[in-house]
This record gives sequence, structure tokens and C-alpha cells, in this order.
Amino acid sequence: MSLVLAAVIALTAICLIAGAILGYAAVRFRVEGDPIVEQINALLPQTQCGQCGYPGCKPYAEAIANGDKINKCPPGGQATVQALAGLLDVEAEPLDAAGGEKPRMVAYIREAECIGCTKCLQACPVDAIVGAARQMHTVIVDECTGCDLCVEPCPVDCIDMLEIGSNVQNWKWERPLAPGQLIATDREQAA
Amino acid sequence: MTEFALILVSAILVNNFVLVQFLGLCPFMGVSKKIETAIGLALATTFVLTLAAMCCYLVQQYVLKPLDLEFLKTITFILVIAVVVQFTEMVVNKTSPMLYRVLGIFLPLITTNCIVLGVALLNANKVEFTFITATANGFAAGLGFSLVLVLFAAMRERIAIADVPVPFRGAAIGLITAGLMSLAFMGFTGLIKL
Repeated sequence: MSLVLAAVIALTAICLIAGAILGYAAVRFRVEGDPIVEQINALLPQTQCGQCGYPGCKPYAEAIANGDKINKCPPGGQATVQALAGLLDVEAEPLDAAGGEKPRMVAYIREAECIGCTKCLQACPVDAIVGAARQMHTVIVDECTGCDLCVEPCPVDCIDMLEIGSNVQNWKWERPLAPGQLIATDREQAA
Repeated sequence: MTEFALILVSAILVNNFVLVQFLGLCPFMGVSKKIETAIGLALATTFVLTLAAMCCYLVQQYVLKPLDLEFLKTITFILVIAVVVQFTEMVVNKTSPMLYRVLGIFLPLITTNCIVLGVALLNANKVEFTFITATANGFAAGLGFSLVLVLFAAMRERIAIADVPVPFRGAAIGLITAGLMSLAFMGFTGLIKL
């Protein structure tokens, strides 16, 4: 009987000690995730469009933290490159996309041709397309980031990417020049 | 010194834990497809085996033996190994992110690996073992495991591009290869007596 008692007590004691050690270690050796990845991720546009070659913004943020180029994000545009360059204290580079920075685009669904297959809904990373099965879909222009991920899955090719011309609502001042870039008169002098 | 040499040769070649005593076979088959991951797992296992051998010896000598509770050693060792591995994982994660990247994902897997408990129990059965020799035995078991795991991974990388008959592809040829390796290791039997 005393042996059984000793066994129970000993095992309980070992369990308690083990639990205490692990509990202490969990507090003492807590590790926050790599903070720089979170900061980079916060600057990326979160469209999860995959145009950088990574499956989403978080993987691209991790890749940047591991030394990848900062200029692979077309939806973010030059502004994101500048912000990343500021955060990481590296030289801002021109955007690495076909044809440089694209003009801002939105998707437009030709509604008469839409068959309501919901394929573009599933593709949209920002939920900017409304619609239901066998109902016509349409794009919420304000939410659309112009990532053109919805164009590919459409079985009837009824989605166009339209350029947003500048108008009174969306016109902005030109961005200030990056360091090293010259204004027109200085360029003439330098040449 | 000869004692240590004997323990090393015994655990690595003659009584290899994987190929002769058939312990730790699941990672041997499961994590041997690529040589890089095999090396990572081999390092982590060696580390855990050494640590587990040390801790389990201490618990056996200073807790279980004085209390006459040696029948509890299986459950106690499982507990001790799990705690030690979890604790090490946390410490490594905090102190050395580089090492954690190499070993990290494997450490929790090894907790439940039979080779770890096997070494601890076999150590406990050997009355003549001291703390140092028990540790050495654990380390040597890890080296033996690493040796065959890396060898086997290297072979499987070659088999993956070889023209294997269709019915033998995948796990089948892997098991046959492991069997042939085991046969080859039987050649070491009788090399030394421990």
C-alpha cells in the first residue's frame, strides 16, 4: 500500500515540477514573431495578388526580410517601394514590373455577358465583386485594386480592365522626386 | 578511454539502433527523402538522445531507485523526455534563431520517437553504467542513427532518379533498401563484445 502511495506521490511530484518548468519557460522564453516581417507586411497593400511571385503579401514580406528586392509589388506601386526603402534604410528602386508603374486600373464586368458562375468572386483577393450563383456580378469600383486576378478565371471573358482617367475626384499632385532624380532644367544642364 | 571507444563502436555499428535493434524506424523511412532534411533530423535526434539519456539517468538514479519505483520508469521517462525536449525547443527558439531554423521543426517530432525512450530504458537496464557512460551511449546512439539516416537518404536520392520497376516504386524499394542495409550491418556482429 505504501509503495502505491509512494508511486502516486512521486509521479504527481514529477508532473508538477515538469509543468512548473514548462510554464516558467513559456513565459521566460516567449518569442514574438520576427518584428520586421510584421512591419513590412503592414506596408504591403494586402491584395494577396501574387504578382511578386510569392503566394501572398506575408510570404513576400518574409522574403524581403530575408533579402529579396523591395520593388516587386505592382499594386503598391512606387509609393510602397519608397515606404519599404524608408523602413529598411535601403535605396529605393524603380518598380520592377512590365512597363513600369501601370496606370491605376479597375475591373469592369460586362454585365450582359456575365453568366453568374462566381469564379471571379473566388479569385478576388479584396472581395470587391458582388454577386451570387446565376446572378449577374458587378465590381465595387472603390474596393477594386486593379490586380486583374479576376480576368483569368472568367469562362466567358466578360471582364475588362479599364484605366481610371484622372478626374476631379482622384487627381493628385505628382510625387516628390526620389533622391538622385533630377528636375527637367537640371537634366538639361547635366546633359 | 577504451570503454568509451567500445560504447561508440557498439552503438554506432554493432548494435546500431535503427538497423539492428529496429528502433526509430518511422523517421528513418519518413524523413529520408532529401539529404538536407535528413541531416537536420539527424542533428536534432543526436542532440535529444544525449540530453534524454542524461536526464533519464539522473531521474532513474536519484528518484526511482531510492524510492523502489523502477517499475515506473517507462512512464516517467516519457514524461521527462517530453518536458526536456519542449524546454530545449523554447530555449533554442529564444537564444539561437539560426539553430532553431535547422532543428526547430524536428524537435517536437522526436519527442515521440521510440529510439529516445529505447536508449533511456536500455541505459536503465545496464547496472554498470555511470552518468558519463550513459550519456556517451545516448550520444553514440544518436551518431549511429545519423549515420544510417544520412546514408539511407543519399541512397534514396539516387533511387528517386533510377529506373525502378513500377511495382517497386516509392516505399517498396525504400523498405527493400533498408533491409539490405540491415543485412550489411549484420556483418559487424561479433566485432566487439560489450
